[in-house]
Amino acid sequence: MAYDKFNTLKSSAVPLPIENVDTDQIIPARFLKAIERKGFGDNLFRDWRYNGDGSEKKDFVLNNPTYSGKILVGGKNFGSGSSREHAAWAVYDYGFRCVVSSFFADIFRNNCLNIGVLPVQVSADFLDKILKAIEADPNATFEVSLPEQTITIDSSGESESFDINAYKKANLLNGFDDIDYLLNIQEDIREFASDRPL
Amino acid sequence: MNTKKTLFDKVWDSHVVQHIENGPDVLFIDRHMVHEVTSPVAFLGIKNRNIPVMYPEKTFATADHNTPTINQHLPVEDPLSANQLRMLEENSNEFGISYWGLGHEKNGIVHVVGPEYGITQPGATIVCGDSHTSTHGAFGAIAFGIGTSEVEMVLATQCIMQTKPKSMRINVEGSLSKGVTPKDVALYIISQLTTSGATGYFVEYAGQVFRDMTMEGRMTVCNLSIEMGARGGMIAPDEKTFEYVKGREFTPSGAAWDKAMAYWESLPTEEGAEFDKEITFNASDIEPMITYGTNPGMGIGISNGIPQADAVEGGVATYRKSLQYMNFSEGDSMMGKPIDFVFLGSCTNGRIEDFRLFTSLIKGRQKAPNVTAWLVPGSHKVEKAIKDEGLLAILNEAGFELREPGCSACLAMNDDKVPAGKYAVSTSNRNFEGRQGPGSRTLLASPLVAAAAAVTGKVTDPRELMELETA
Repeated sequence: MAYDKFNTLKSSAVPLPIENVDTDQIIPARFLKAIERKGFGDNLFRDWRYNGDGSEKKDFVLNNPTYSGKILVGGKNFGSGSSREHAAWAVYDYGFRCVVSSFFADIFRNNCLNIGVLPVQVSADFLDKILKAIEADPNATFEVSLPEQTITIDSSGESESFDINAYKKANLLNGFDDIDYLLNIQEDIREFASDRPL
Repeated sequence: MNTKKTLFDKVWDSHVVQHIENGPDVLFIDRHMVHEVTSPVAFLGIKNRNIPVMYPEKTFATADHNTPTINQHLPVEDPLSANQLRMLEENSNEFGISYWGLGHEKNGIVHVVGPEYGITQPGATIVCGDSHTSTHGAFGAIAFGIGTSEVEMVLATQCIMQTKPKSMRINVEGSLSKGVTPKDVALYIISQLTTSGATGYFVEYAGQVFRDMTMEGRMTVCNLSIEMGARGGMIAPDEKTFEYVKGREFTPSGAAWDKAMAYWESLPTEEGAEFDKEITFNASDIEPMITYGTNPGMGIGISNGIPQADAVEGGVATYRKSLQYMNFSEGDSMMGKPIDFVFLGSCTNGRIEDFRLFTSLIKGRQKAPNVTAWLVPGSHKVEKAIKDEGLLAILNEAGFELREPGCSACLAMNDDKVPAGKYAVSTSNRNFEGRQGPGSRTLLASPLVAAAAAVTGKVTDPRELMELETA
């Protein structure tokens, strides 16, 4: 499905500096039973966010009103594990538009790009600077520019550039998805398929 | 310039419909496997676009993630699971896709039934909305997990947009010691590389250990490739591969077989071909493995202690959080830790060889009274073999019961959930927090280690029991 255009995002951020946050934590398997893509934000980080009786765990960052914003800052190897796109849906549905980490798992990164959430991979040093800026001021803002491929800490002006595939960048800027592209080359695909050995 | 090609290059390059400048490749997909959890939104997408499935004959649907493992002949009780299963059936019928639902003789876990019926073939590109699609790489296929948007892409156009990953070869030389299984080889490699050690790479497994390994053992290893972050893993097809594939329902026959064989035999990596990264391990360094933490990289040889935080690469805080969740301490020995559940099954270890291995250690012993054991075959075909080969009788004699096939307690989307705080020795693929039920604690291990735990009620080195047998 087509998604929101992404250009420049200026926002405060929510810190979750834990390594190897797997997609089972982002959205536990038992919440994957929907047949439509909606409502997943309520169960984002379900078991870290709520006790068994449904009450909030006060020490989890999403329950701390000090932190808010459209940027989620994770630790190294964010999104490892299952291929479930529901994890990216949950991140999006909760209200995040960008996830920052020093390292992303492949499928999670792809899934984010396919639904209009921008994964921004920064150096470990810069990730540390971002976390320190949030620690100094929970309302600290950051500017993520997709056209410039940069993320900037507004308080200090420090900036780092990030990589993104040029094709994916164009898609995000325009809100296009891959199926639009593939449907346009369907005849080429049929011709290619006609002499496959399998 | 080096013109020698790897297995991965050969299969990938021959499936590129179009290369987009500064963008991904349009990769043609030979086999698309579909299950009930990651497909409904994708089907909804093509309905909204009002387009058909482009190649329904290359698409195969099976129900596995949600399915109960008892009373499968009765209606599924959980309304949400029942609804997803119904949607898969309706979508399959509407779009002309073969559907192996509950009760169908071919039903089972998607990565178990694919190889069983010859859908999985060398040199193919295979995708599924499930990360353990890497399993099919055991046949020399490029197989990997995809997200739901990509499931929709493949339904609509039989293609996917992917940037070609880098390549890595992992060699394991020598031969495995007694009691060391393919699962141990995989857990060992992941413990050495960490869960992100192969991110960005497609792995080829090579060396004596994999040449000696059975097809089912190769499937176990390739299955776990995703747990070190790799997009997938593959093993060059050889005589064992061809022998396994031959004569299965969806395997080509006659002239088509000869054509396919000509292609398959051309696939192995050429001498002198270069990989972006190459690593070699010695089989003699590998012993039965067990995990102690909350990701598959947190594993040790069963006779070793849990590593100290400062000896572990990565964040100390995250490491200690894991141990706290498991209620283990640095330096602890895993041996003798009491356990509550044993799970034999999943797309990692739910095949007939896994049941043979488990039963070999169970035979003549009794299930420990403190252990709840869930023995779940990967498919009806495996279930039938367990009965036909007399394994069921041995298991029953030892106090075990067999359940019906499905993903079951691997990810606990059905009723098979390990309760909070309880320990499970599991032959499945993930020990993430809450993976087998909220608050559950999982120790990943081989079917042999699971069997030893099932009869002793605690973490036990299976070699001790095997020695008793030969003494």
